[in-house]
Amino acid sequence: MSNAELTKILPPDTELSRPFWEGCRANKLRMQHCSGCDRFQFYPRIICSHCESDALSWRTVSGLGHVASFTIVRRGISRAYEAPYTVALIDLEEGPRMMSSVVGCEPEHVAVGDAVEVQFEAWNDDLILPVFCKR
Amino acid sequence: MSHKLRGKVAIVGAADTEVGVLPGRTPMELCVEVALKAIADAGLKKSDVDGLLTCNSMAQPLMYHAESMAEYLQIFPRYCMAVGAGGGTTFTAIHHAASAIATGMADVIVIAMADSMRSGLSREQALQVQASTGHPEFEQPYGPTVPAYYALIAQAHMAEFGTTQEQLAAIAVSTRAHAARNPAAQMRDLITVEDVMTSRMIADPLHLLDCSLVSDGGSAIVMCSAERAADLPHDPVYIMGAGEGHSHEHISAARSLTTSAAKEAGQRAYAMSGLQSSDMDFAQLYDCFTPTVLVELEDLGFCAKGEGGAFVESGALSPNGALPVNTHGGLLSHSHPGNPGSMFALTESVWQLRHAAGERQVPNARHGLVHAQGGIMSSHTALVLSREAT
Repeated sequence: MSNAELTKILPPDTELSRPFWEGCRANKLRMQHCSGCDRFQFYPRIICSHCESDALSWRTVSGLGHVASFTIVRRGISRAYEAPYTVALIDLEEGPRMMSSVVGCEPEHVAVGDAVEVQFEAWNDDLILPVFCKR
Repeated sequence: MSHKLRGKVAIVGAADTEVGVLPGRTPMELCVEVALKAIADAGLKKSDVDGLLTCNSMAQPLMYHAESMAEYLQIFPRYCMAVGAGGGTTFTAIHHAASAIATGMADVIVIAMADSMRSGLSREQALQVQASTGHPEFEQPYGPTVPAYYALIAQAHMAEFGTTQEQLAAIAVSTRAHAARNPAAQMRDLITVEDVMTSRMIADPLHLLDCSLVSDGGSAIVMCSAERAADLPHDPVYIMGAGEGHSHEHISAARSLTTSAAKEAGQRAYAMSGLQSSDMDFAQLYDCFTPTVLVELEDLGFCAKGEGGAFVESGALSPNGALPVNTHGGLLSHSHPGNPGSMFALTESVWQLRHAAGERQVPNARHGLVHAQGGIMSSHTALVLSREAT
């Protein structure tokens, strides 16, 4: 087994989204907020995709949300991903939807509509990913 | 809405390679072979071709795919482009080619596509190439596979409308019944809903038999103006309507998980054609996974939103059903060589509308809707094809 197969897919480091990952390392979920239209957006962009304003700043959000949909992956994308695992779409209370994983329970116990809250999972020394657990 | 294209352009040649497992033949070789077959079917010579559209191959990526193919064939087109829109590539290319003919950019266009997803890539490579459609920063790290992306759509449809796994399975069953009548299809043994339900779970709620095949193969068509088509050997198949809809790339940014831009694509294609969903004698719908067919049936107006489950359970999609769907066997049972996948739905539609589809001929077929999507239900093109240009 090569090392590549044991390494999870790591997000590329970009200037724009660095505050997101720095937030994760501090166990805070941060989203871009637009002061032009008072909306949050995700993923990070150079403009507000709603009103085109560039008056964007990073704010910590509640980390509370609901499962919009989910699946249980029975065959992992590579050997670095130990199946079964969940892939879910989470609707945050502040509005944005994000892909994540629901952890902390049997995958079979996840359902659409479940209330969840964020927690943080370390994948290596530098990378901490937001995941969600049922609340 | 432009109606300048309506009935102006025809498909006059069509050909497929063998499909399935074709080791030892490169995608370029398959593409050249099938292009020449389609040109011969049209009663033309390669020197008649002045437009070439292809798509890149995942097993043999080339920086200049269409140009390489023109060079291989020693043709010298004035319109030459490789199109990249994932599963939607085929009909995006047709839409462009139709406008190129209508505006005089080219007179005779060959659209040829082939790939070797089965023999040219390892299983892991095939999985990972396809999953790279995910957002590199905010989706891919969670390890979603392609079936997982589509499972998110299925699960949302089930939660919102009470759709069942058995109803999804019914789509795989009717598709296989069509494939059983097609000697060219890769999988021809009849299956039952129970067979689907007991096949291995891949990404809940999708079982192995809810997922399309991984294949080698290629397919090509020839297009020209309706006027020129009248002098060629086969009954022309006219492009009466074409429409696209694009709503997102990444599933986490989709406007809706259960209503897709197939809706706009269909509305635009029907409006141009002057026909409606009820006029269609068959439909070829993009079936990389069973839930895509369910959502497309609703979005393209064949049943109401949320009623797709009951519609497929009625047997409507089967041979001799109210709306035969994927009469060649689709991506689920005929073949799925990657981006070229929908070409086989197109060549099948040509044979159906020529009334040359043999045992699987839809009686007196006059109009058909063909649809393809790329990304994760992201970009959609619908075409209305007819055997009459009136």
